[in-house]
Amino acid sequence: MNTLDYAVLLIAILSIPAYGIWKTRGKRNLDTFLKGSGNSSWLVIGLSVMATQASAITFLSVPGQGFESGLGFIQNYFGAPFALIIIAAVFLPLFRKLNVYTAYEFLGKRFDSKTRLLGAGLFLLQRGLGAGITIYAPAIVLSTVFGWSLDGTIIASGIVVIIYTVAGGSDAVSLTQKYQMAVIFVGMIAAFAVLIWKLPPGFGFSSAMTIAGSMNKLDAVDFSPNMQSRYTFWSGTIGGLFLALSYFGTDQSQVQRYLSSGSLRESRLGLMFNGIFKIPMQFGILLLGAMMFVFYQFEQPPVYFNQAAWTERAAQGERDQFRTIESQFADVHARKRIALENWITAAHQGRAADASQAESSVRTLQKQSDELRQQAKLMVGGGIKGNKPASDADYVFISFILNYLPHGLIGLLVAAFFAATLSSKAAELNALASTTTIDLYRHLLSRDATDAHYVSASRWFTVLWGAIAIGFALFARLAENLIQALNIIGSIFYGPVLALFLVAFFLKWIRGTAIFWAAIAAQLLVIALYFSIDISYLWYNFIGPGACILFAIAIQASLPRGKEPPAPADA
Amino acid sequence: MIESQPDANAADTDERSTGLPLLRNWRAVYLFVVACFICWVVILAILPRVFA
Repeated sequence: MNTLDYAVLLIAILSIPAYGIWKTRGKRNLDTFLKGSGNSSWLVIGLSVMATQASAITFLSVPGQGFESGLGFIQNYFGAPFALIIIAAVFLPLFRKLNVYTAYEFLGKRFDSKTRLLGAGLFLLQRGLGAGITIYAPAIVLSTVFGWSLDGTIIASGIVVIIYTVAGGSDAVSLTQKYQMAVIFVGMIAAFAVLIWKLPPGFGFSSAMTIAGSMNKLDAVDFSPNMQSRYTFWSGTIGGLFLALSYFGTDQSQVQRYLSSGSLRESRLGLMFNGIFKIPMQFGILLLGAMMFVFYQFEQPPVYFNQAAWTERAAQGERDQFRTIESQFADVHARKRIALENWITAAHQGRAADASQAESSVRTLQKQSDELRQQAKLMVGGGIKGNKPASDADYVFISFILNYLPHGLIGLLVAAFFAATLSSKAAELNALASTTTIDLYRHLLSRDATDAHYVSASRWFTVLWGAIAIGFALFARLAENLIQALNIIGSIFYGPVLALFLVAFFLKWIRGTAIFWAAIAAQLLVIALYFSIDISYLWYNFIGPGACILFAIAIQASLPRGKEPPAPADA
Repeated sequence: MIESQPDANAADTDERSTGLPLLRNWRAVYLFVVACFICWVVILAILPRVFA
């Protein structure tokens, strides 16, 4: 990072939040602070929904996934378009009709107070845990770029987000997210362009795709019915549908975004914008990772991308072993590069037999290279996690940025990570504070206070949740891969919450007591299954609501009739 | 009752109309989103074969 990078970084990360705070100054009643001003267009809502989900983890961790495993992770998002259609058609009109601040208020109106508190409590638990991980991701970038301690960086960046959210509220969050997305898109597209430009002369995008394809990095869709395979078409479409229904339909950080419009039409179009562009966006980010894989076929990569951890472990002893593996890796890479050039030359000259032989050599050498990297991961992981290999996937993209991008663009990319953190983290903190204020504080402790009092309480809850998120972030380094850790936490807790809403919408004869105990039983079942059987975590998004709905039907059928009041007609 | 009538009509129009030039009702919008999804799955499924 040089002066130009710092200038770009500072201008980008300070001007956008400052603009948001200035633009929304003076608008401080409970409605605007928690819901926004109500005049957001569909594009603002669409970008706001996208920005809330696309945290810095998306832009840091997903290219690493593409580098390691290819495009297969995209199947995780296959259920999203269907979920967004269901939310736009069913959930949204009801939320708007009841004019609620939080999704869990709706549960209180449909069922009872204890079910509302359960929904809010499960949201606060899982989102509070997830918030820690989203604050950890940019801290990796900063600690790598500036050489700061990771813990100090987590605390400092967390404080910046807290100040911004406390000052701006929901309106500032929505208003600035479109500019933050613009910075992110420009940064990612520029990184992609530089990556292709830096490939060897005469070696274009098409050749890069051919290499990626022959190394199985473009294998995006797996139709096999294997339940243990983490990402398949079926787990992504069915499990992903339930995960996306839960996330977009019941997670307050998202509900708050699309309730910020004054019109049902704008909210629906904002959701449909995401239904269309979510998969292409993730495809672009994963493809960037696959192209980095091709790039590193020609440039010598480190055997382990988190060089700080590698150096630290090497210094703790066994230094010779670390040097040996580095030299073996460099040797395999050099031979692979020669084989690769032979393959491409033979293919261009139409010598099919030579091309096939060279391609076979490349594959063999790639296998050796992968084995050496796995050995390196075990050597680093052995010191901190028993015999489990450490993961460096989250360091692949930042390592490329720092070593190969021109100055100015480095600053822009670091600013893009910051922008992503600000936009998603601020929306999360805003939602956590809203839920705590409306569903716990106002509902249980202080029913008749003034708007100013609740706005003030919401600000203090923002600070509290920010502090909790920082605390979790300090432990997030134990996670195998950030984006997966976030999805696993969501998959464990989202199911029963989604079931609360599905029963509320579609099974009107089921009452509060039945669904309350069913949700608790289903949550315990999902936790027990997670620790006892080995299936893709995406299936828990299906198992959780399925079990909860079955339990609710059974409990309601066994309860004596007439003890609870019927559900309100408009719910 | 007289005052609330325009609001009810406005809400009804808001619910029915998409405001889009070609996709005039919500069913058409939802079908368009599903069609885009199918296109993406097909593209992703044939991508490795094209660049094998």
